[in-house]
Amino acid sequence: MDRRNRIFFGVGLLVVVVFAVVVSQFASGNPDGLEYVAGEEGFLDTAEDHTLGDAPLAGYGENLTDNSAVNTAVAGLLGVLVTLGVGYGIFWLVRRRFPDHTKPTASR
Amino acid sequence: MHIPDGFINGVTSAGFGVAAAGGVGVAVRKTGRYLSERQVPLAGLAAAFVFAAQMFNFPVLSGMSGHLLGGVLAAVLVGPWAGFVVLAVVLVVQAVFFADGGLTALGLNIVNMGLVGAIGGYALYRLILHLLPKRRQSVALAAGVAGFVSVPLAAMGFVAQFALGGTADVSLGAVLVAMLGTHLLIGIGEGVLTSLVVGAVMTSRSDLVYGAPDYRGDRTEELV
Repeated sequence: MDRRNRIFFGVGLLVVVVFAVVVSQFASGNPDGLEYVAGEEGFLDTAEDHTLGDAPLAGYGENLTDNSAVNTAVAGLLGVLVTLGVGYGIFWLVRRRFPDHTKPTASR
Repeated sequence: MHIPDGFINGVTSAGFGVAAAGGVGVAVRKTGRYLSERQVPLAGLAAAFVFAAQMFNFPVLSGMSGHLLGGVLAAVLVGPWAGFVVLAVVLVVQAVFFADGGLTALGLNIVNMGLVGAIGGYALYRLILHLLPKRRQSVALAAGVAGFVSVPLAAMGFVAQFALGGTADVSLGAVLVAMLGTHLLIGIGEGVLTSLVVGAVMTSRSDLVYGAPDYRGDRTEELV
């Protein structure tokens, strides 16, 4: 990656981390659109408990510590690392798997 | 927008699970045909951004919130097929690590936010871009408008799934009207965020934006 790309992705990653760790602290606790409609129309009670509801980060880390700001920050940071790692890894593999299609060619 | 387990019956959920898995397989192949080496980091970053942005629920009216779906955003940046894969990655990570979105509902969610949101949304984006003046600024505007429309569209995906396999005995018409109304409002937030982020990337690195009219994949390096 050249310098221009490094700067772009460095800034991009910084924005993503700020979103996940800081902006997320100001998230509204109100139900989202679907949950709201389910409540209004009377089918919210058909929702079942999540199979992995006891996972350490379930509910964006709501049971990690007594400090909800810390929980959200930890969940946000780890989530960014995992999605970035998995996303980058998959696209890197896909690109390896099909190496020729986007190579610069005079005929295209 | 993340459907939990239980809203939609097992047969319907399983059907959409198979459809989503097949869709991801197709999308991965199609992505391999066009994704340029330089876009790989952007695609990873897009997944991380969609995850991070989805943590931020913005208030909508009283007692309701909404969050970015990110389908149009990802699709404009890295193309519709990679955009679909981005949404699938985010939804799997959310369901497995954060208990957000049911495991049996994964296929339902991937179809609504990935297939409808990213691929359907990208088709909308191209259509809107075609109707706008041929200017660079049109990219962010078209992405914003497509982002706005993609939210009620994805909500209609849920309504269709609910019609097929909803477990509750409630009025479908009422669910449709409520989903449409609320998600038209949430769509405004989607449109604004999508437009801002696409605009920022267009300003700094328009050469990386797949949906930009003059995008040339890896050939840009050759031409520079």
